[in-house]
Amino acid sequence: MDLYARRRIANGVVMTLSVAATAFGLLWLVLVLWTLLENGVAAITPALFSQMTPPPGSAGGLLNAIFGSVVITLIATLIGTPTGILAGTFLAEYSRGSRFGEVVRFINDILLSAPSIIVGLFVYEVMVVRMGHFSAWAGAVALAIIVVPVVVRTTEDMLNLVPNALREAASALGAPKWKVIVMVSYRAAIQGMVTGVMLAVARIAGETAPLLFTALNNQFWSTDLNAPMANLPVVIFQFAMSPYADWQTLAWGGALLITITVLFLNIGARMLASWSTFKQ
Amino acid sequence: MLADITVVERIAERGGRAGAIGDVVFRAVTFLFALLVLLILGGVIVALVEGAVPALRTFGFSFVLTEVWNPVTEKFGALAAIYGTLVTSAIAMLVGIPVAFGVAVFITEICPLWLKRPLATMIELLAAIPSIIYGIWGLFVFAPFVQQYIQPAIIDSLGQIPGFGALFAGPPLGIGVLTAGFILAIMVLPFISSIMRDVFETVPAILKESAYGLGATRSEVVRQIVLPYTRTGVIGGIMLGLGRALGETMAVTFVIGNAHRISASILQPGTTISASLANEFTEAFGDLYRSSLIALGFILFIITFVVLAIAKLMLLRLQKRAGG
Repeated sequence: MDLYARRRIANGVVMTLSVAATAFGLLWLVLVLWTLLENGVAAITPALFSQMTPPPGSAGGLLNAIFGSVVITLIATLIGTPTGILAGTFLAEYSRGSRFGEVVRFINDILLSAPSIIVGLFVYEVMVVRMGHFSAWAGAVALAIIVVPVVVRTTEDMLNLVPNALREAASALGAPKWKVIVMVSYRAAIQGMVTGVMLAVARIAGETAPLLFTALNNQFWSTDLNAPMANLPVVIFQFAMSPYADWQTLAWGGALLITITVLFLNIGARMLASWSTFKQ
Repeated sequence: MLADITVVERIAERGGRAGAIGDVVFRAVTFLFALLVLLILGGVIVALVEGAVPALRTFGFSFVLTEVWNPVTEKFGALAAIYGTLVTSAIAMLVGIPVAFGVAVFITEICPLWLKRPLATMIELLAAIPSIIYGIWGLFVFAPFVQQYIQPAIIDSLGQIPGFGALFAGPPLGIGVLTAGFILAIMVLPFISSIMRDVFETVPAILKESAYGLGATRSEVVRQIVLPYTRTGVIGGIMLGLGRALGETMAVTFVIGNAHRISASILQPGTTISASLANEFTEAFGDLYRSSLIALGFILFIITFVVLAIAKLMLLRLQKRAGG
C-alpha cells in the first residue's frame, strides 16, 4: 500500500508539472501578444500608412517601410517558390531511394534551420560587395534563400502523400511522366504546396537579420530596387533601439503590423492544410 | 478501319516522342534546381571562408582563444562572442527542455482530444512570432521586469553563496546574459516540444496499453515506455532547438548588452556571435574589422552545422525504425 501511494503521488507530481509547463508556455504567448496590442494599437493611425519614416523627434509614419517590405517579400517569394517547387519535385518524383536525393534532402533540412544571419553574410559577400552598394535586390535574394528550403520540404512531403494509384492510372492512359507530375501530382497536392508557400512567406515577413547587411534601410520613399530600401523589420530594429519616444511608438506599430500578418498567414495555412485532400 | 488505326498509331508515336523529350527536359530542370540547394550551401561556405581569410591570416588560431575585441587598435578575438553564444544557449536549454518536455507530455498523454489541436497550434504560434518581436518585447517589458524583481532576488539569495555566488554578482541591469538566455528558452520551446510531440506519437499504442494493463501510472508509462522508445528522436529535437538557439539573432541583440567581455556573472552584459554581427557589421570600417566579423560568422556556421547535422541524423535513425 505504501508503494502504491508513493507511485500515485509521483504520478500526480509529474502530471501537475506537465500541466504547469503547458500553462507556462501559453503564458508567454499571451504576454507577448498583450504587450503588442497594448503598445501597438495606439500607434495604428492613418498617418502610419500615409507618411514616411520621420527624422528623430518628429511624427511620421511607416509608408515607405511597409511598401519596401511588401516589395522585398514579394520578389523573394517569386524567386524562391518556383525554385523550391522544382527541387522538391525532383526529390519526390525522381530520386526515391537515390544517394543524391538523400544528400539534397539532408542539406535542405540543415538550410531550413541554419541561422538567417549567415544567409545575410553570404548575400553581402556575393552581391553587396560585388555590386558595391546595398540594394533591395540583395535583400530579396537573401529572403529567397530562406524561402527555398521551406518550399522544398513541403512540396516533397505533399507529393509523397499523393497516392501512387493516381500516377499509375495517368501513366496507363499513356501520359509521359512530366505530364503525370504536372497534371496529376501537382493538382492533387496543390493545397499542401500553397500551405508551404504561405508558411514560407510568414517566415520571411518578420526576418530582420538577413536584411541588415543587404537591403539596409532608407529613410525616404524609394522604388529603386538597386538602392537600399526601407523595410519594416530593420526600421523596427533601428527605431526601438533609439532613445526617441516618437520612433519607439512607430516601432511598436510596425511590430503589431508584422505580427498580425504573420499570425494570419500561419493560421490561414493551417486551415488550408486541414482541408487538404490527402491526410497522413 | 485501317486508316483509323494508323492515325491512332501516328498520334501515339508523336505523343510518345514529344513525351520523351518533355521527360528529359523536365527531369533535367528539376535536377538542376535540386543541385542549386547544394550549391547554396557550398556557396555559403566558400563566401564565408573567403571573407574570413584576412582575419584568420592576421591572428591565426589565437583568434578563437583571445578575448580582446578592440576596433580602435584592430585587435580581434572571438572568445567572448563564442562564450556568450554557448552560455546563452546553455541557459536556454536548461530552461527550455523541461518545459518543452512537459508540454509534449501534456499534449500527447493528458490533454482531452478536442483540446489537442488548438493547444498544439497555440504553442506552435510561439515559434511563428518573428524574433524581432521577442527582441522589442524583451527590451521594453521583460528586461525592466527582470531588473526590478528577479535580479535583486537572485543577488540577495544565490549571489550570497560563497564561490558559487560569483555567477550571480553585480548590479541588477535588466539586460544581460541571463535575460537573453531566458528569452531564447521561450523561443526554442515550441521547436523542441513539437518534435517531442511528433516522436511521442510514433510509440505504438499497444506498447503503452500493455503497460497500462499491467497497472503502470501515466508517469511510469512516459518514463519507461515512451522515453526509451523515442530517445534518439527526443535528443534530435533538443539538438534542433539548440541549433536554433545558437544562431538566433534579433531577440538576443536587443537584450544582451553587446559587451565583448567574459564576466563570471551571468547577470552582466555579454555578446553572442550573431548579436555582434547584427550590431557591428554595417558600421565596421576597415577590412580587418569586417573580416573578423565574417570569421565570427564562419565559426557560428560550423558550430550550428555540426549541431544540426547530429540532430538530423538522430531523427533519421528514429524515422527509419518507425518506418521499418
